[in-house]
Amino acid sequence: MITIKNLHASIGDKEILKGINLEIKAGEIHAIMGPNGSGKSTLASVLAGREDYEVTQGEVIFNGKNLLDLAAEDRAREGLFLAFQYPVEIPGVSNINFLKTALNEIRAYHGQEEMPAKDFLALVKEKQKLVELDGKLTNRSVNEGFSGGEKKRNEIFQMAMLNPKLAVLDETDSGLDIDALRIVATGVNALKSKENAFVVITHYQRLLDYIVPDFVHILYNGQIVRSGGKELALELEAKGYDEIKKQFESLEK
Amino acid sequence: MIAEKSNTAQLIIDKISSSAEKVNFIDNDQLSKALLYLENKGIPNNKHEDYKYCNIDGIFKKEFRNIEQKLNSVTDVAQYKLKDALTLVVVNGNYSESLSDKLILKGLHLTAFSNLDKEEKKLIGCLANVESDAFIALNTAFSGAGFHLKIADNEQLQMPIHILYVSSANSEALVNPRNVIELGKNAEATIIEEQICIGTGKVFTNFLSEKFVGENAKLTSYTFQNEGANGFSVNTNQVTINRYGKYDNTTVTLSGALVRNNHNVVLAAQNCQAHLNGLFTTRNNQLVDNHTLMDHQMPNCESNELYKGIITDKSTGVFNGKIYVRKDAQKTNAYQSSKNILLSDDATINTKPQLEIYADDVKCSHGTSTGKIDEVAVFYLNARGIGRESAKKLLLNAFAQEVINKIEVDELKEKILNLFENEL
Ligand SMILES: Nc1ncnc2c1ncn2[C@@H]1O[C@H](COP(=O)(O)OP(=O)(O)OP(=O)(O)O)[C@@H](O)[C@H]1O
Ligand SMILES: [Mg+2]
Repeated sequence: MITIKNLHASIGDKEILKGINLEIKAGEIHAIMGPNGSGKSTLASVLAGREDYEVTQGEVIFNGKNLLDLAAEDRAREGLFLAFQYPVEIPGVSNINFLKTALNEIRAYHGQEEMPAKDFLALVKEKQKLVELDGKLTNRSVNEGFSGGEKKRNEIFQMAMLNPKLAVLDETDSGLDIDALRIVATGVNALKSKENAFVVITHYQRLLDYIVPDFVHILYNGQIVRSGGKELALELEAKGYDEIKKQFESLEK
Repeated sequence: MIAEKSNTAQLIIDKISSSAEKVNFIDNDQLSKALLYLENKGIPNNKHEDYKYCNIDGIFKKEFRNIEQKLNSVTDVAQYKLKDALTLVVVNGNYSESLSDKLILKGLHLTAFSNLDKEEKKLIGCLANVESDAFIALNTAFSGAGFHLKIADNEQLQMPIHILYVSSANSEALVNPRNVIELGKNAEATIIEEQICIGTGKVFTNFLSEKFVGENAKLTSYTFQNEGANGFSVNTNQVTINRYGKYDNTTVTLSGALVRNNHNVVLAAQNCQAHLNGLFTTRNNQLVDNHTLMDHQMPNCESNELYKGIITDKSTGVFNGKIYVRKDAQKTNAYQSSKNILLSDDATINTKPQLEIYADDVKCSHGTSTGKIDEVAVFYLNARGIGRESAKKLLLNAFAQEVINKIEVDELKEKILNLFENEL
C-alpha cells in the first residue's frame, strides 16, 4: 500500500521528521503513538501534501506511485485520506456541497461520470447512519460551530463517503466521549477490508481496544524509535515515555 | 492663462451639445445652474477628496477623447428579461416604450419625463442637488428622456419591476439615464435595475436616480452592474426616506472598466431604516468604487451597510462609507462593514469609514477586514480531492453568499450566482 523511506521534512530551518521508515500493507492497521510534538501530525500532513513542510530527503511510494510528486488533491484522488487532528471550519460551504464536489472530482480523476444525485443522497444517508451523525449537521457549513466531537465524527463520515485506500486518523479519538469513540471505531471497523489500510495516531490505549492494530510504532523526535505488536501500546500506557526519553537523551550525549 | 484651464467639462459639453436632444423637462434654472457648476468645478480628478481613487477627469481625457455619440438602436432585449418581472427598457438613457412590457401592474404609474405636467416636472431634481456633485450637474445638463415611476399609496406591487439600462454605441459616447421613483404612503415595491453595455464603442454612462420612499413604504432595490470592458459608469442614487419607511438596496457589480457608485441615503424622518449591501468583483485594470452616505437627520433610525469585494489582477476596489448623525438624530443605530479578499499581490483595496456624529445617544460601529484566500481551508478541501480551482470557487462563493443571500428574487439570485461563478 505505502512505503515510506528515510523521510525527512522541515519547516523553515527546523527539521521535524528525521528519517521515517514505514511499510504498510493492504488489510493492516498501524497505530502511531508518541509524546506531544514528536512529529505525528507533521508526518500525516506531509503525506497529505501540505505545502508548509519541505521534504528534504526520502521517498514515499503509494500504490506504485511516487506520492511526493503529486499535488494534495491528487493524493486524495489516489485514495489517501487524512482525518485532521484539527478539522477546519469553512463557513458558507455546506457539508453536502463539499462532499458532492469532492466525490465527483475523485470520480472524474478516475474517468467516472458524476454520481447521480439520487445515489449520492442515498450514500449520504447510509454513511450518516454508520457514524450516527445528526442529519442536520450535513446541511450546515463544513464544521462551522460543530462541537469538538462532532468535528471528529464528521471526519469519519467524510472518510466513509470517500472510501479511501489508506486513511490516516490523526487523534480522531481525542475529545470524544465514550459513545462517540465506539461509533468512530465501529465506522472504521465497518470500512476495514483486505483492500484498504489505516494509520491511527493516538495517545491512548482506549481507542486501540476498539480498533485493534496489527502494529504499534512509537514516534519520538521525528523518528520511529520502536515498533511492535498491540502489546506495545499497553506497555506504554503502563510505563509512559520515560524510558524512551532516557534512552534518547543518553544517545544525544 | 485661459489655455491652462484645460476644462474637460467644457470639452464634453461642446462635443455632445450638437448631438444631444434638447432637454425640455428640466427647468431652465436647474439647467443653467448645472452648466455653471460644470464650468466652475469641472470634472473631478484625484485631487478631489471624494474622487481620490477615481480620477474621472483623467478617464475622460484618456478614454473619451473622441466622443462621437454614434449611438446604436437596440431592437431585442429578450435574453436579459426575467420571467417573473415587468421589464422596462432604457436605451442610451432614453426610455423605450416599444421594448418595455405593458404596464399592467395595479398601482403602478409611469410617466415619461416629456409627458409630465408643469407641477410634476418639479419632482426632477427635487432630491439630487445639482450643485452638490459634478455628475449630478452633468446628468442634469444632458439628461436622457427618462421617466417618473410612481407606486400609489397603499399599493403593493405584485411583481418586481426590472429596469434594464442598455448602453450601446459604435464610438466613444456619453449617456445620461435618469429616473425618479416615488413610493407613496404604505406602498411596497421591488425594483431591479440592471446595467449593461453592448456594442463596440466605449460608453460612459452617467446614471442618476432619485428615489423617494414615502411614509411606512418599503422599497427593495437591486442594482446589478455587468457592463464589461467597454462600460464606464458613475451611478448616483439619491434616496430620501420618510417616517417608518424602509429602503434596502443590494448592489452587485460583476464587471465594468470603471464603476463608481454614489449611494446617498437621507433618513429624513423618524423611525426609518436603510440597508445597503454590496458585492463586487474586479479584475484586469478595473476600478469599482462604492461611495455611500447615510445621512441620519432624525431620531430612532437604523442603517446597516455590508460591502464585500473580491479583487484580482491589478484591479482596485474602493469602499468609502460616510455616516452623518445630525444633532437631532438621537437613538440612531448605524453599522457598517467592509470585507475584502485580495487575490493577487497587485490588487488594491481602499476602505475608509467616515463617521461624523453630532448627537450623543447613538450606536455606531464600523469594521473592515481585508485578507487573502484562506490557505488552511484550501488545503482541507485539497485533502478531500477538490482541486485548487474548485476550492477557490467554493471559498469565494461562500464569501459572497452573505450578500447574494440578500437577494429575495429567486430568478435574479440564480442569474447573478451563475454569472458570479463564471467570473471567478
Ligand atoms: N508551522 C509550524 N511552524 C513551526 N513549528 C512547527 C510547525 N508545525 C509543527 N511545528 C513543530 O513541529 C513539532 C512537531 O509537531 P506535530 O504537530 O507534528 O507534533 P505531534 O506529534 O502531532 O504532537 P501532538 O501529540 O501534540 O499532536 C512541534 O515541535 C511543533 O511545534
Ligand atoms: Mg498532532
